[in-house]
Amino acid sequence: MSSELVIGAVKAIVVLLLVLNLTALLLWFERKGSALMQDRVGANRAAILGVGRRLGLPNLGLVNTLVADSLKLFTKEDFVPAGADRFLHALAPFLALFPVLVTFAVVPLGDVIRLGGRTVELQAAPLNAAVLYLLATLGLGVYGVALGGWASNNRWALLGGIRASAQMLSYEIAMGLGILSMVMTYGTLDLQAMCRAQGGVWLGWLPRWGIFIQPLAFVLLLVAGIAESKRVPFDLPEGESELVAGYFTEYSGGKQAVFMFTDFAEVVLVAVLLTLFFFGGWQVPYLYSDGFHLPGGFLLALPQAAVALLGVVAFFVKTLVFCCFQLLVRWVMPRMRYDQLMRLGWKGLLPLGLINVVATACVVVLAGGVG
Amino acid sequence: MPAWLFTFVAVLAVLGALGVILQRNPVHSLLALVLVLSLIAVLFIALGAVALGFLQAIVYVGAIMVLFLFVIWLLNLETEPREGGRLLVKLAAAVLAAMLAAELAALAWRAAPGGAAAAGALHQGANYGSMAALAKVLMGEYLLAFEVTSVLLLAAVVGAVALARKDPGAGPQSSTPGRLEPPLR
Repeated sequence: MSSELVIGAVKAIVVLLLVLNLTALLLWFERKGSALMQDRVGANRAAILGVGRRLGLPNLGLVNTLVADSLKLFTKEDFVPAGADRFLHALAPFLALFPVLVTFAVVPLGDVIRLGGRTVELQAAPLNAAVLYLLATLGLGVYGVALGGWASNNRWALLGGIRASAQMLSYEIAMGLGILSMVMTYGTLDLQAMCRAQGGVWLGWLPRWGIFIQPLAFVLLLVAGIAESKRVPFDLPEGESELVAGYFTEYSGGKQAVFMFTDFAEVVLVAVLLTLFFFGGWQVPYLYSDGFHLPGGFLLALPQAAVALLGVVAFFVKTLVFCCFQLLVRWVMPRMRYDQLMRLGWKGLLPLGLINVVATACVVVLAGGVG
Repeated sequence: MPAWLFTFVAVLAVLGALGVILQRNPVHSLLALVLVLSLIAVLFIALGAVALGFLQAIVYVGAIMVLFLFVIWLLNLETEPREGGRLLVKLAAAVLAAMLAAELAALAWRAAPGGAAAAGALHQGANYGSMAALAKVLMGEYLLAFEVTSVLLLAAVVGAVALARKDPGAGPQSSTPGRLEPPLR
């Protein structure tokens, strides 16, 4: 019993640390990537200690973003405007960050590993209603942003908060419909079971990944996911040119850092969801529990531990690819207008999602998938 | 579910419920209600009704309460002054409260002796509380009620949209300012 507890605690801490570190790295990638892509003067040459230059690489500036930035943010004055609701003003950033972080508890990072005769699932909370858990925590995310805007006693902030909550509610529906069609396809609410169902190949060479049978659901989840994380082209809640900084206008120092951190943690979450539902999660193409079975009949035997490790690596590679994709979108797209945003959500994604769900249901019933 | 955990969550929920009616700021009341509903979801999950608990969190905490927040903002509700109110209203409220208290007491009195046995009888089968069990009941035994409820909700949505339109006589062209699209070229 107590060793179960220890394993559970270790898994929870490892998952949390992985997410936090990945989020911090994304922050760095966002700065340097944008500087590289848009030739932004400053971010592409600032370098404390010049680690990259000494190694003959382009300027990395890791110290700036990961050390100097966080030191600056956490030593700045924590300003609360007059007339603000002090309690909610302090609570809101954490109310925003908490649901995102706890969602990662149900994410399977890999297949099982065997530790001294014990089989350990590489998932912090092996829950068989994981998709419901996910939807519940995603729904909680609205409060932090909405209350942050309201508690600041600032009109720009309130407008940002209202925009954010309307946007998140609208796109949650499209996201839910996309997830629903994947649940119907796999016939389970368990994320680990979904990953297992995506093992193997079709026609002898095509990996059985969700993207190949549900491309429309992938688009729905990708677009709605970016809208949920309030990033360009859906960054109206914090649109600098209209609302100063939207819902976090009146935040500074550590609390503002928490809001910013939430945004990047959401990017990681969207990437993880896309990986899990559509790209096989920890599945490596042609890799089975005993090693690689390549299409030509070639076999490469591998021990179980190596297979599990490769799975975890594959999961992270896929997640990183989608994280980078979302960051790149930011630097090539303009912001939408609010009516365009609402039209896309309600008249574009919602009908498409409904059609996809009905079509999936028909196919599942015709194929005899329901017991 | 251990008794101490149940007591802890239940006491928190009751405190939250008191917060809903004692707070004077509507947003604070709403947050207290969010707390109560989340704790009820926790109770559902801890008692084995996992799917129901998550649905409670998704529907009430994730959707309905956010709409309440919108309503509070749109109606621009301010902190409520503590007024006396009319005597008749007070009297009616007192009667209703007494009736509710009597009902709760009667329930508690009747449930007390066989409480544990009744709870045991509820646990039918291994997948009690799972999504599959819930879906079978909803889509089988209560199919008609379930579908009729959804039609009712749809009618409510259509009615709300009809009421919310500023000028029912005017066509959609004149009542949607979002039509200001820039020319293509």
